[in-house]
Amino acid sequence: MSTTTWGWLVLAFPLAGMLVTALGYRRLGAGESRAAGWIGTLAIFLAFVCAVGALISLQGHAASHRELVSSLWSYAYTSGIDARMSILVDPLSVYMILVVSGVSTLIHLYSISYMERDRGFVRYFSYLNFFVFSMLLLVLAGNFLLLIVGWAFVGAASYLLISFWYRRTTATTAGIKAFVINVVGDAGLVLGTYFIFKHTGTLDLLRSFHAAEHGAFGHATNNGDLVAGCVLLLVGAFAKSAQIPLHTWLPDAMEGPTPVSSLIHAATMVTAGVYLIARMHPLFERAPAAQDVGAVVGALTLFVAGTIGLAQTDIKRVIAYSTMSQIGYMIMGVSVGAYAAGLFHLMTHAFFKALLFMAAGSLIGAMAGEQSLERMGGFRRALPFTYACFIVGGLALSGIPPFSGFFSKDDILLETAERGGWHWALYGIGYAGALLTAIYTFRMIFRAFHGEPVSEARELEGGHLAHAEVPRNPATGEQEDTDVGFPGPAHAIAERAWPMRIAMGLLALGAVGAGLVQIPKADFVIDDFLKPSFATAGRYEPAGKTSVLVIGLTLGTLIGLAGIALAYRLWVRGGRDAEGRYPAAQAIWRRVGPLYELCLNKWYFDELIGALVVRPAAALGGFARDTFERVFVDETLIGGATGIVRAGSAAVRAAQSGFVRYYAALLVLGVTGVGLYFLLQA
Amino acid sequence: MSAVLFFIAAIGVIAGAVGVVVMRNPFFSVLALVCHLIFLAVLFLLLRAEFVAAVQVVVYAGAVMVLYVFVVAYVGGEGESIGERLHGVGNRSRPPGGGSALRVGGAAVGGALLVELMIALLGTGLEATGGDGAPYSPGPRTYGTPAFIGKLLLTRFLLAFELASFLLLIAAVGGVVLARRRGGLEEDDDRAALTPLDLLRPRGTGTTAEGVGRMTLGAGDGGGGGGGGVASGYRS
Amino acid sequence: MSIDWYLAVSAIVFSLGALGVMTRRNPLVVLLCLELMLNGANLALIAFSRMWGNGDGQILAIVVMTVAACEVCIGLGMIVALYRRRLPIDVDELRELQG
Repeated sequence: MSTTTWGWLVLAFPLAGMLVTALGYRRLGAGESRAAGWIGTLAIFLAFVCAVGALISLQGHAASHRELVSSLWSYAYTSGIDARMSILVDPLSVYMILVVSGVSTLIHLYSISYMERDRGFVRYFSYLNFFVFSMLLLVLAGNFLLLIVGWAFVGAASYLLISFWYRRTTATTAGIKAFVINVVGDAGLVLGTYFIFKHTGTLDLLRSFHAAEHGAFGHATNNGDLVAGCVLLLVGAFAKSAQIPLHTWLPDAMEGPTPVSSLIHAATMVTAGVYLIARMHPLFERAPAAQDVGAVVGALTLFVAGTIGLAQTDIKRVIAYSTMSQIGYMIMGVSVGAYAAGLFHLMTHAFFKALLFMAAGSLIGAMAGEQSLERMGGFRRALPFTYACFIVGGLALSGIPPFSGFFSKDDILLETAERGGWHWALYGIGYAGALLTAIYTFRMIFRAFHGEPVSEARELEGGHLAHAEVPRNPATGEQEDTDVGFPGPAHAIAERAWPMRIAMGLLALGAVGAGLVQIPKADFVIDDFLKPSFATAGRYEPAGKTSVLVIGLTLGTLIGLAGIALAYRLWVRGGRDAEGRYPAAQAIWRRVGPLYELCLNKWYFDELIGALVVRPAAALGGFARDTFERVFVDETLIGGATGIVRAGSAAVRAAQSGFVRYYAALLVLGVTGVGLYFLLQA
Repeated sequence: MSAVLFFIAAIGVIAGAVGVVVMRNPFFSVLALVCHLIFLAVLFLLLRAEFVAAVQVVVYAGAVMVLYVFVVAYVGGEGESIGERLHGVGNRSRPPGGGSALRVGGAAVGGALLVELMIALLGTGLEATGGDGAPYSPGPRTYGTPAFIGKLLLTRFLLAFELASFLLLIAAVGGVVLARRRGGLEEDDDRAALTPLDLLRPRGTGTTAEGVGRMTLGAGDGGGGGGGGVASGYRS
Repeated sequence: MSIDWYLAVSAIVFSLGALGVMTRRNPLVVLLCLELMLNGANLALIAFSRMWGNGDGQILAIVVMTVAACEVCIGLGMIVALYRRRLPIDVDELRELQG
């Protein structure tokens, strides 16, 4: 079977899964059957198998012939645009579909237990399959059209899944917020496509790149249109990948079920921006200004998100800011041209971040739906497996060797330093971010698992899973029920659900071992694999000087360990007081006073965007509704038009007065008129 | 001589016409018209149209006007005072814009018509009308004699002749139909008179009885609507 | 007198009739004024017939008289019917065709 056929099958299986679960909603949802979950998981697993098949088949081609395009049909062929339904199977897309389908399979498996007895079980898997289909479409797209389609679908799936528990107001608000910001990104993407299309004249990706490489944008770099197009593409990437300033939707997106956060907002959708920049590298290489923008924004985000993560108390939001920070690394990586490093970090991050979210889901289940760190403590003995997963994920995230995160993160930082000049500043920020990462990650772990066990932990140690009598919204404390539109009554923990254990276990293995494929100076599996996709990239070769390498790696390790040690000191050794606060940490926070407020309030970005964008937009909408619509359209245009018609018809109606004398007068007048006419004629 | 006669007849004609328009009492208007018709016959004679003049007097003044007199005597009609005519009456419905507007407007339009006709006649320099007309020589069958007319009627204008008689027949039948009484209803009967046939007939079909408002089957839409139809009509 | 004079008289009578039609409220009088107009037209026809010397105008005048008679018959019949139904004998009151 040809490589591209494998590619089409990769798309077909999740689509089929979505259709089967969606159309068979009634049959599959009967009773408490979990058939829909298994169908969904099977669909994605088959997609993964086909992705592996595509990989094997692709490697069978010669290295220079590994960019394969296949079209099903021509969608529109008009005015110079030939928009076809075509996919591009090359090492980059195969890499992405492997990561996406692999992690998705495990998350589907996890969800079967996590979403048990939720009234929306079937709907959940339908949405999730739709999401995976969209993401695969995005990465397999062979032209800008399908890329944009996949992009938009992914945004829609994200909205559907964030507001999955749709009777929760916080969830629906969060879903809308995510969607609106995503649409801003969509607009950027489409406009960017236009700017590029203007010069290359084609929507096809490969042909576009070929045109760019052969002078469609002139022979100097930083052509105005190209820079504009690339910056707009970056806007799209930033919205999707939650970079500053379009990042405010990601923490709110934690309103969705934990597996959704794990899949969409850690491993796959938010990495779409990274993929976009990597895919568009021929264009970005010719617009270094855009690359610089990307690098700076990535660095900025990784630092700011790290600081915010230090102050958050909702466990899912801590992990969300961690995601934002790590994606900042990836964006920085691909923006400076370290494509392999950035994508490598994408893969390892997918593993350990999904693992962390899954473990968090297990912990939240043990807490009967409570998500605040302030109420958690001492779960070490009650949840050993979850604890182990947290540790593995945390170490990988903090960049401790030999875990995977170490290799990938340091790879990016080294490549950044390689670029020289002002990139050393980014290098420094990167390490500062690494320190923050270690601190907040282990702050979370130590607070939740060390110290005195809380009541839920004690109950669990006694063998009884805690249960909330009255289901409540974890964010606002509002009372809910467990019917459709709200979470179900069951809470699942990894220690008791084998699907969760299998999923988390496999991911933990990945988090531990994935680094081995790209040990600097030792093996270059990722580099070599992805090389054909980046054949025309400048500076693709891995980092140079060994001395810099060794210093960098050592520095990274030390910083990670220092962070863990600091966290240990503050949140384990510092002890916890009667009200559940940590005095040692409190002392430090008090010393930096306003900085703490800044971090706690997420650097006031929400308020800033609210004042700059939301309020003017709402005012404009209010003006449009009250003044423009009411006065101008309703009263003047419509009222005027109808008024004129009414006046006209009233005038005409007056002629039908029924008075015979009027008619007679009209007659005589007419005769006079006709006579006048003839008189004048003669 | 003929000029004098012309002026007498012309003055008579115009005076009669003015009388018809101006007189308050419709009976006096009829009499004025009769007077007008007779003077018009004189004018016809002056124009050598003997037969037409005779027909005018015998048929028009003699038969049609007599019919008019009968009807005016029967119906009567109300006189209008000058004041009413100019300003309209208070509680009587009047056309929008007030009765006076229409009267003034009507006078203006009529005046305009007159002026235009005068211009057409006198101002355009028609030559053929300047003379006395075609040459005339008296005789038994000359222009204007009954024989002359009769010959024309039966040869050149036969179709018109026949059609005119047809028209007369139709008019006669129509007149009878219009003025007869509807069977079963006394004209002085004011109470609601329902026959079984009326009950079967659907309401609101628009019989004249409904229209006049004498037939009401309760406060139904059809009866009420039909009854209100006269005064309120299709007011939107 | 030349033919012009007769035509002038005809015009005056016709205009007076039109004025009467537009001005009077009693339908009987309106019909009378209508007769006036017809007579005015008759006079014009006779005058022109005299001008040309053939009898066409006179024949037409006779036909006009016939038509006038018919019309009077019908009109008066309607007025009688109106009177019988106790409707107001006033053209301003009879407005059911009002649109």
